[in-house]
Order: sequence, then C-alpha cells, then structure tokens
Amino acid sequence: MSAETGETEIGGAETVASETVGDAPKSGLLELRDLMVVFDGFKAINGVNLTVGEGELRFLIGPNGAGKTTLIDVITGLTKPTSGTVTFAGTSLIGRKEHQIVRMGIGRTFQTSVVFEELSVLENIDLAATFRSPLVRLLRRRRGVSDEVAAALETIGLQDLADRPAGILSHGQRQWLEIGMLIAQGPKLLLLDEPVAGMSKDERERTGELLTEIARDHTVIVIEHDMEFLRRYASTVTVLHEGTVLVEGDVAAVQADPRVQEVYLGRKKEDAA
Amino acid sequence: MLSQLPIGLSIAGALLLIALGLTFTFGQMGVINMAHGEFIMAGAYTAYMLQGVFSGQAVLAALPVAFLVAGLMGLVLERFAIRRFYGRPLDTLLLTWGVSLVLQQVARDIFGAPNVNVTAPSWLDGRLTLGSVAIPYTRLFIMALAVACVVAIWAYMNRSKQGRRMRAVMQNRELASCSGVVTERVDQLTFFIGSGLAGVAGVALTLTGPIGPTLGTNYLVDAFLVVVAGGLGQLRGAVLAAVALGMLQSYVEFWTDASAAKVVVFAAIIAFLQVRPQGLFVMRSRALT
Amino acid sequence: MSALTRGKALLTGKYRGYVVFVSVALLLLAVAPAALDPFRLSLLAKYLCLAIAALGIGLAWGQGGMMTLGQGVFFGLGGYAMGMHLKLTEAGDNGLPDFMTWSGVEELPAIWEPFRNPVFALAMVVVLPVVVATALGVLVFRQRVRGAYFAILSQALAAAFVIWLVGNQGLTGGTNGLTNFYDIFGMYPEEDSTKTTFYFIVVIAVGVLYLVARHIVRSRFGRLLVAIRDGEDRVRFLGYNPATVKTIVFATSAAMAGIAGALYVPVVGIISPALLGVVPSIELLVAVAIGGRFSLAGALLGGVLMNWARTTFSESMPDGWIYIQGGLFILVILVAPKGIAGLAGQIGDLVARRRALRTAPAPAPEPGVKEEVPV
Repeated sequence: MSAETGETEIGGAETVASETVGDAPKSGLLELRDLMVVFDGFKAINGVNLTVGEGELRFLIGPNGAGKTTLIDVITGLTKPTSGTVTFAGTSLIGRKEHQIVRMGIGRTFQTSVVFEELSVLENIDLAATFRSPLVRLLRRRRGVSDEVAAALETIGLQDLADRPAGILSHGQRQWLEIGMLIAQGPKLLLLDEPVAGMSKDERERTGELLTEIARDHTVIVIEHDMEFLRRYASTVTVLHEGTVLVEGDVAAVQADPRVQEVYLGRKKEDAA
Repeated sequence: MLSQLPIGLSIAGALLLIALGLTFTFGQMGVINMAHGEFIMAGAYTAYMLQGVFSGQAVLAALPVAFLVAGLMGLVLERFAIRRFYGRPLDTLLLTWGVSLVLQQVARDIFGAPNVNVTAPSWLDGRLTLGSVAIPYTRLFIMALAVACVVAIWAYMNRSKQGRRMRAVMQNRELASCSGVVTERVDQLTFFIGSGLAGVAGVALTLTGPIGPTLGTNYLVDAFLVVVAGGLGQLRGAVLAAVALGMLQSYVEFWTDASAAKVVVFAAIIAFLQVRPQGLFVMRSRALT
Repeated sequence: MSALTRGKALLTGKYRGYVVFVSVALLLLAVAPAALDPFRLSLLAKYLCLAIAALGIGLAWGQGGMMTLGQGVFFGLGGYAMGMHLKLTEAGDNGLPDFMTWSGVEELPAIWEPFRNPVFALAMVVVLPVVVATALGVLVFRQRVRGAYFAILSQALAAAFVIWLVGNQGLTGGTNGLTNFYDIFGMYPEEDSTKTTFYFIVVIAVGVLYLVARHIVRSRFGRLLVAIRDGEDRVRFLGYNPATVKTIVFATSAAMAGIAGALYVPVVGIISPALLGVVPSIELLVAVAIGGRFSLAGALLGGVLMNWARTTFSESMPDGWIYIQGGLFILVILVAPKGIAGLAGQIGDLVARRRALRTAPAPAPEPGVKEEVPV
C-alpha cells in the first residue's frame, strides 16, 4: 500500500454539518467541497458540495448531463477537477492515480460493465481480491479459492459459473460479477454507476437485494435513473442538475420537491418532443 | 549554422508529405499502413517511367500521375483487405506489412533491384543564394510542394463538403454514420487521398537521390514518429512535428553525425511524450478504451 | 478403462501438456542429434535461437498486448555483449579486435574493457536488454502510450539502434558487425563437437525459458497480464498499476531476446546490424503471428518454422520466397488471426464439443447468452 499519511484536509468540516441532511454523521467519509470540472469551457460540475457519511447508502440522481458520472470519475481519479477538494477519510484524493485511490479503499463499477472476458468468473474476482499482495507473490500459481473470493462469489450467486469464462455472461450477470469484484476488493466505499440499467425486472429485484446486503456493511453511492428502483431501495437521495446539487434529502421529500419535479418533467417534455 | 536551416526544412517537407497521408488514415480509420512506404516507391517509379515520355520534365508531369497511381493502389488495398480490419490497428499493421513485402518484390521484378535515377528538370539546377546560405532549387521545390499540399488538404477539410464529412467521421464515427454520412465512402476517399499524397512524396524524393524498391521503408519510421508527435489526424500537429523533427535531425547531424541524430530524435520524442503523451494536439473523447 | 482410452486421456486430458513437452524434448534431445548431421543440427540451433526471441514476443504481445517491433534491439544487445567478449578473448590481453585495427582504432574503447571478464559479459547479455526495456517501458507505459503508438516507438528504437551501430564502425564493427570468431570459450567453431555442444545448450535454454514463460502465464500475474491486455483502464480500478506489470513483462521479453542473441553468436558466428533492424524485428513478430500469438508453444513453433522456411525457400527461389512469405502472411491474418496454434485450438474445441455432446446425457444450457439486453 502506498503511504497515504499526511496532507489531511479536514478544513471546512464545520460548515458541513449545516448542509448534511437526515441522520448523516457530522464528518463524512467522503467530502466534496466546491468542486468544479470544466471541459473546454463547459461546466460539467459547477460547485458541488457533498458529504457522504460512513455506512450510508446514498443515491445520486439527475437528468442526463447533470454530472453524475463525472462526479464519480473525479472521485476515482479518472477526471481531474478544475478546482475544489475531494477528501476521503480525511485524506485528499486529488492528484492521485486511479489505482492508488482503489488502494485507499474506493471501488467503482461502470455504466457499461467491463469484465475480463477471457478470464473465468472466479479469476475475475480473484484478481480483484489480490491487489494488495506484492507482485512477486502473484507469480505463484493460484491454489484453491480464498475465503473472501468464495464469499463474494456466493453473495452474487454465480458459484455455478465460477469456472466459465466471463465472456459468456449475460448483461445482468456481468453487472453482478462487477459488484462481486468490488466486494472482493474489500473497499470502504463503493460507487455503482447505474447498476440496473438495461436489466430485466427479475434482475433488478435481485440487484436490489444485493445492494441492500452490501449496504449493510459498506458505504455505498449509487447513480440511478430508474425511479422505481430508487423508491424501493433508497433512503437518502442527492439530486444533481446541471452540475450542481439541486436537493438532498430522503426519498419522499425529494420526490415532493417542486424543483425536482420541474427538472424531471422538463426533461420528459424534451423526451416527448 | 544557417546553412542547416533549409536542409532541415526540406527534410521536414519530405516527412510532412509522407506523414500527411498516414496521420489521416491512422486518425480516421485506425489503420497503421506499413504499405504506405510502397506507395511512395510507386510514386517515385512513376516519375522514372514518365522519363521516357517527358524526359527532363518527368518530375512535373509525374506529380498528378503519381497521385493517381498511388491513390488507386491505396483504394484497391482498402477495398480488398483493410476494410475488414477497421478498429484493429495492430492487425492492419501486420497485414499491410505483408502487402508491403509483396509490393517491394514486384518492384524488384519490374525495375530490378539496383537503384535508378530520375533526372531533375533543368530549371531546378542551381541554387538560390541568400547571403551566406545557398539553397538548392530542388530543396525549395520540395518545401513548396509540401506547403501546397498542406494548403490543399486544409482547404479540402475545411471548405469542401467531403472534407467536412471526413472530419466528422474522424471525430465520431458512429455519430457521423447516424447522421447520414456514408462512412464507407468517406473512408475510401481518405485512403485514396492519403495514398495519393504518398505518391506525390515519392516524386519529390526522386529529387534527393537515386530510388529503389525499399525507398519508402527508409522514410516510413520517421514519418510515423511525426504522426505520433503531432497527434492523430491533426494537420497542425503534423506540420509542427515534421518541422521540429526535420530541424532537430539536420542540426544534430551538423553538430555530431547522422547516426547520433537518429538516437537524439528518438530520445527527444520519448521526452516529448512525457509532457504530451497523446501528441501535440488531441481529439477529446470520453470513451474508456 | 482400456489402454486405448487411457492413451486418449493422455492426449486430451490434463496431462496433454506434459506429454507434448516430453515428446518434443525427446525429439530435440535424442532424435534430432541422431538424425541430423552437425551442419543441419547447427541450423536447427539457429532457428531455436530465433524461437527464443519469438517466445519473448509471445509473452509481451500475445499475453500482454504489447506489440513490440523492436525486439531486434534486445537480441542485438545480447548478441553484441557475447560477441565483444569473444572478440576480446581472441585478441589476447593487450590486443585489439581485428576490425578495430582495420578501421584505424588504436586503443581499446573504455566501454569494451569490462567485457573481457566472461562473468560480466554473460551478465550483460541479460542486464543490457532489461535496462533498456525497463527505461523505455517506464517512460512509455507510465504515460499510457500503448497499442499502435508503442509499436511505432519500438520500431523507431530499432531503426535508431541499427543506424547508430552502422555509424560507429570503430566501436561496433559497423555494417559487418562482429564476426570471424575462432575461439568460443576454448572451442573452435567449425568443429562438429562445438556445433553439437551449442545445439544442446540452445535446446536446454529453449526448454527452461519456455517453462519460465509458461509459469508466468499460468500464475495470477499472467492472468493480470491478460486482463491488462484486454482492458488496461479497467485494471487500474482493480487497484493495480498496469505500467508496472507491463514494464516487468516487457523487460522479461527483452531478456529472452538478449539470451537468444547471445546464443546466436556462437551458433551462427556473427552478429550484425542486418540481423537486428526494422525488418528482422518485424519478421520475428510475423513468425509469432503465424505460429499463434496467444500460445507460447505457437510462438516457439512460428519462430522455428518461419526461419526454417526462409532458409529453405530463399535458397531455392530467392524471389519467390518473398511472394510466399508475404502471401502466406496476408492469408494468415485474413483467415486465421490466431495462427497455427489457434487453428489447432479451433479443431480441438470442435472435437471436445462433439465429445461433450455424445457423453453428456443432456447438453447443459448455456447460461447467460440467451438473454437479450433490453434497450
């Protein structure tokens, strides 16, 4: 593990308390302050403040282009913010490479799931589980299945397919495999980017159960479009719109908020046109 | 010192003529065309053949003919082979290398293995003297040709309907296709023009010395470096990178020797990539590759 | 179980690898030395040297997706390290290598001096390629330069290296390279016993390096390498730094090329720029592509077959060979992108599927693929 001591930026933690909603703790596990991301003059993220507390299950919603994925990209090091701070457990994430951020305990999935098709389901999870061991130790051949890999495999329910190449999995199974890989990484914070997009009804249900199970002992942020899924599984919701936080609160309050309705209804009109 | 300037610029001119075609076929279609060198060779031999008809003026007459000959060769290659490999650059590299081998052997069988000479037109004899610097007219001609080609390409890309389609395909193939651009036609045309430019470059190279079946191979590596340093499909990038490489080459050669120059150029490219890993200019994309 | 089915199990089951390995080893160690005269044996040794370099490419390119077009550089570094040592032993304690005398060099260049020591020279066979490959790898992979860009850069390295070698006649022997060896660790190269000895050394090197490469491929590290080949950016989100892994593998493949080059010198008796440049480097890669880039055995096979074919056909029909090589190559890329080994695998798959259909009471449903993604 690379050293992550020093340069703790807890500044602004006091101002956070007033903004956080519901039962979130005072100082969050993940804190975004005045975040700006500008692409060629276009403000994809325009001053976002966000605090996610330890153990929380947070949903991020918003119409297309609201900056949800960009936000996750910034947290995970894929996109560099123009200004603002991102701190995780008191340590700044800015300027760190993707793999270093993963090593600090943040894992993510992608909208279009990417698994390694030539490797077996088991190997996919196994690779995710072993990143902490030094590369030399990886030169040994894998013998048997480690406990955390077996546990992850069981959680996602793909034991029967463990030795099949991941390339044969269906779309839904791939998403689960990605989630399984995430669990095997043993992260403190999980970021799921539209985990139920393109899934059948049954698959959604299964994913929802999976999500509830994971959220029991992890901090999870989920980006989701699907309102029904949101109503069933979300507690706290943050609504993004045009790169800023529009509303934050519990599901019922957010749904009742006229601004949210306007944003979504406005979009519906566009869709119809 | 100053005398190296025109040498550097003319190296740059030749490199640019070769790299122009490469950067567009690579940038638009993801094709690493190792047979590009053989299109150069074909252009050069076109000039050689036309000597029989036009004698001293063959070089001038060869410019349009070589463009057509090399362009058609490119078109055939695109139609029959490369088309099946779009998006798999490494496979196109292997495939076109096989094609390049065969084309070189064809040239050997037709023209013989030894190098041949193309006589430069008499009006390119002599040199322009500016103070202490003497520039051979042949070098000026190559520079002028490169400038003319860049201007023509620029005009094509920015002023013609076809050129705009080409840019659209280069930036986002799927979107262009959805918007009604027949990407297949655009690809063919790009390949034709890119290969044709290689033919023109071949004609220009006949002014620098004797030509042979492996003429193109010698220049191809450097031309690829121009593409890498300039950024894919970037006209400005190719121009700047070609000038920078040409200058670097000629000055290091002047101070040390030709063998050190190649090593220095290579080191410079690697150093440059530390600052700009994707070349001078980049087409932005959000895709996770 | 009848003897027949047991025999079948040996050929198809989990022991297939061992059976093939042992048979090939027997073929190379017992049959070939008995059946071939020393000249032919020496030729086979030459092909096997090139196959070692091909094996390195199989590892870097087939498994790791790094299309290296500059393997000649590492082959050359190994070869020159060996050649320099041999030249110095011949020249004696204060003498100069013959080519230096011819090109008017009067004092031994400082860089040559340590190569008198055989241990140093043999170490350099591996160290030099590893250092150059690591430097290039770190600089290039860290900046996420990859795919075609990496191919082009490695090719440019090969071009620059050869031009530098040719341009420094007094230091490197120029175009002629290092040749005319009379004393190879106390042996005379033209003697049959020398040829046979080096043949065995080469065969053992092939075997050992193959096993090393195979171990790498089958370890977790090898799985990681394949993952990086297929989705480098995704691997970052598994907490690994792909640049490190790629650099290690690239350096390993460079070391293999270096060993190949060093063995080539006593076997063939020359190391020169003509063996290392852009074209020979691509030819090595092509051999791997034809043999089958995704299989280590395929890479070895390609290395031997292509070089055998070149020697055989280019003697009998020098012009025709190029058409054959080019044509064959275009054909392989178009029809069988996985090469000979891939073809064998395809046929094997077919057989296995047939058998599975026959033995299994009911074909297990293919999970997954049935479901269409709702749009």
